[in-house]
Amino acid sequence: MNEVVEIIQKKIQEKFTDALLSFEMNYDFPVFVVQKEQVKNVLSLLKNDKDLNFHFLTTLCGTHFPDNEKDSEFGIMYQLHNMPKNWRIRVKIFMPKTNLDVPTITDLWKTANWMERQEYDFFGFNFVGHPNLTRILNMDEMNYFPLRKEYPLEDMSREDKDDKMFGR
Amino acid sequence: MSAIAIDINPAYQPEGIEGQGFFATSLDKVVGLARANSLWPLPFATSCCGIEFMATMGAHYDLARFGSERLSFSPRQADLLMVMGTISKKMGPILRQVYEQMAEPKWVLCMGACASSGGIFDTYSVLQGIDKIIPVDVYIPGCAPRPEQVLDGILQIQKLAESETRRRRESPEYKKLLAQYGIE
Repeated sequence: MNEVVEIIQKKIQEKFTDALLSFEMNYDFPVFVVQKEQVKNVLSLLKNDKDLNFHFLTTLCGTHFPDNEKDSEFGIMYQLHNMPKNWRIRVKIFMPKTNLDVPTITDLWKTANWMERQEYDFFGFNFVGHPNLTRILNMDEMNYFPLRKEYPLEDMSREDKDDKMFGR
Repeated sequence: MSAIAIDINPAYQPEGIEGQGFFATSLDKVVGLARANSLWPLPFATSCCGIEFMATMGAHYDLARFGSERLSFSPRQADLLMVMGTISKKMGPILRQVYEQMAEPKWVLCMGACASSGGIFDTYSVLQGIDKIIPVDVYIPGCAPRPEQVLDGILQIQKLAESETRRRRESPEYKKLLAQYGIE
């Protein structure tokens, strides 16, 4: 796996000098943190490069860590898979709450369409260039982004539970 | 053939005047009798309570004994809406539309903790009880309730159907109840 990681790092750094911010191994899973502005270029490289060939987007998901530094409170994780060689990596980006614009990758992977809609639905990321950025799982009338940590998980219309008994 | 079963409950018979070859009672009671023993349920089953309901419909518990073997998957032909399972907020308007499409007289049976109160799903996406959007006649508690409890719930609905007046929808109480939910 180490050689693979080195190849990936080299390829990214060759093309986009300062795009790669950091790297770590999460158990046996390589994780690359890249600049938000460069993420589309990096993902495009990972997908289209003949040697890397990460042709499959397994998933992407949003994160909210309110304890992080202000400029990296929100994040998105992309998980890629090279099926012929069975390489799997993660690419992460971080951003402040004040700027949740993220370039869409629907033109790289069609499957990102619904995934990005879901992350918009739950966190409010603005995927710039997405063809139809509307809610997908929650009801259309919902007026907040429920998985952000500033909102309570519980339903506030419930009257029969008091905080003392139910730890709310 | 000497043993005679003595623990048989004869069918409910309304009050009336009986004679040789005839029985006279009020129309309301006859209609009530007919309605109660031929309820057509619409199963609105969204999760595990629905599985218990399938057992209720099966040969062992046999809901057909109570005249409800004919499930109606069209709300327009159903008398009884059985809501079984977690109803998410997104499902709420659909449930309400199904209820509105049913013809009078109609009853609602609410099965299990989730449908009755949201249950363990005290969360942003789940409706905290279907009685927030439609009126409910009978609640069955449990998570999930056993088929015996479902049968008991159906019997409670039958008691309601038996005793309600023939044109319930014209009573002021009923109109007031529906108005509370903003229906018609």
